[in-house]
Amino acid sequence: MRRRLMRALGMIALALGMVIVGRGPLYAADGSIRIGSFLAVTGPASFLGDPELKTLQMYIELINTDGGVNGRQLELIHYDSQANPKNAVGFVKRLIDQDEVDIIIGGSASGETLAVMPLVDKAEVPFISLAGSIKIIDPVQKWVFKTPHTDRMACQKIFEHMQGEGIQRIGMISGTGGFGKSMQGQCQEVAGDYGIEILADETYGPKDTDMTAQLTKIKGTEGIQAVLNPGFGQGPAIVTKNFRQLGFEVPMYQSHGVASKKYIELAGEAAEGVRLPAAALLVADKLPDTDRQKPVVVAYKQAFEDRHGAGSVSTFGGHAYDALFMAVEAMQRCQCSDAAGVRDELEKTAGFMGTAGEVTMSPEDHLGLGLSAFRMLEVKGGDWALLD
Amino acid sequence: MLAELVQFLFAGLTAGAIYALVGLGFGLIYNASHVINFAQGEFVMLGGMTTVFAAAAGLPLAAAVAVAILVTVAAGLALEMVAVPTRNASVVTLIIITIGASISYRGAAQAFFDKQFHTLPSFSGEDPIDFLGAAILPQTLWVLGITVLIVIALQLFFHRTLLGKAVLATSHNRLAARLVGINVQLVLLLSFGLSAALGAIAGVLITPITSTNFEVGIMLGLKGFCAAILGGLGSGVGAVVGGLLVGLIEAFGAGYISSEYKDAMAFGIILLVLFFMPSGLFGKRTTERV
Repeated sequence: MRRRLMRALGMIALALGMVIVGRGPLYAADGSIRIGSFLAVTGPASFLGDPELKTLQMYIELINTDGGVNGRQLELIHYDSQANPKNAVGFVKRLIDQDEVDIIIGGSASGETLAVMPLVDKAEVPFISLAGSIKIIDPVQKWVFKTPHTDRMACQKIFEHMQGEGIQRIGMISGTGGFGKSMQGQCQEVAGDYGIEILADETYGPKDTDMTAQLTKIKGTEGIQAVLNPGFGQGPAIVTKNFRQLGFEVPMYQSHGVASKKYIELAGEAAEGVRLPAAALLVADKLPDTDRQKPVVVAYKQAFEDRHGAGSVSTFGGHAYDALFMAVEAMQRCQCSDAAGVRDELEKTAGFMGTAGEVTMSPEDHLGLGLSAFRMLEVKGGDWALLD
Repeated sequence: MLAELVQFLFAGLTAGAIYALVGLGFGLIYNASHVINFAQGEFVMLGGMTTVFAAAAGLPLAAAVAVAILVTVAAGLALEMVAVPTRNASVVTLIIITIGASISYRGAAQAFFDKQFHTLPSFSGEDPIDFLGAAILPQTLWVLGITVLIVIALQLFFHRTLLGKAVLATSHNRLAARLVGINVQLVLLLSFGLSAALGAIAGVLITPITSTNFEVGIMLGLKGFCAAILGGLGSGVGAVVGGLLVGLIEAFGAGYISSEYKDAMAFGIILLVLFFMPSGLFGKRTTERV
């Protein structure tokens, strides 16, 4: 009887011991700087999250073999949000409360980023978002930064180019997904500044498979000089094919949402002559040697493609690169990793050359990119060509 | 004006033909087993994705299509073998099994293939054909032509062959069919396989126009289900008419009213039809015998 009791007690003690040991690594600070991340690695926005995660993993590994930051190793704690804001909120809570991370780099999509902003603000953790929406940084929130250019900047860049071409009346066809909708709104707001009138304004669902009906309507509108299609995913590729099918004689403008080789592959010949704004990364090899951004984008492209295959680089992974190095440089400047110190230092980022362009932040601007971050491209012979 | 109308008409017919093929797949399985197979859309996805990857691996297009149909049929048969032997399971349980299967197929496609969108070259060029002022893709004619052929073939199969009649008999009364010596197990396998093949063909036909990825099956399955319900579940003519109607409502709705509400219009009209004709346009009006 006694023996059995002892054995039972022993078992319990053993089990408790295992629980404690098991919890060990979760809380072990062991001097590493903890970078938390939630990205849409799978799901509808996986084309964003997948290269972003690969980029973070690759460079954190490189930084660590080089001795880390301020003599401390970096540790990446990552969750897959599947671009679902609900998941993102849960994971960010976990990153803050349980994993006790020093900084959060993540949020592939705008929806999930906006959903977690109140949380990071309350917890006072610096957060660099990788999503596009202008709402993330306007109005400025103390703890939130972002690296990708905004939809508004893309609209401005496109309209600037149209202005140069003498285009004044356009038709617009936008996806109703988060990206298309946001950009549609931004373009409507800034079109007037460039003397551009939107005569037709059509939409399509993110999973629609045929847009000839909407495009026929645009074609029937008198006086259209160009068609603009804000959207991402396969939608713009179908719009492009339908556009050629209907035999439009005006130029087509796409957004930076399709700035990947996948778009040319999907739209095929129909993509010829399509113009779009994109980050310099896309045309890294074609930039003139005098371009100050060239060394950064060429190095990133090479590193990424060496590991993940030729042609695998995308601007989205570049956003993660920019965020990581902006954070690392801030930590190196202040020789700190505490939340308040890193945040203040991030805000002082000046002349940082990233894959998206040159970044100079201020308390009023948590993005710090100018219009020069975008290059106008045209699809020529199944590849990108610089327009300006 | 006429050009616009014809353009919308063909846009609607193309999408509608695909919905019709998916709807027919729903009907086939429903007739044989009273199960609504929510993995139907995944058959479309498997057909398209397998063709893309088989073609990328170096197979000529025709062989890639054959491989894709075989793979999809295998997936359909596997579903039947897993789902139906749960003998005492209610129809609801079986339906839930098909939902599970659809998620598994999606996951498997994501793991085996990838998460990207892919496309296939059109079967006979990309140059649009001018027809009454509207621009029609050659691929659209492929979609419509093959759909018509399949519908005719199915009609012949069900009304002219012994096996087809056996399937019909099973759909009317499974017990009676078994009593007259019909191998009900075989009929079930056949209808799942046939339904998967239909889905695969739809997937191959539509991929050059719309491109495909591991998730396209969700929406196509839903629209095909609407087609089947609208036409009357289990009715072959119903599925075809239902599919074309859903496609046409979408295209004309987007063209003439507003592209914002095209899905809402399609679903709204389905609700209206079901409100007044609960068994669909061509469904059998069943009377419960008390």
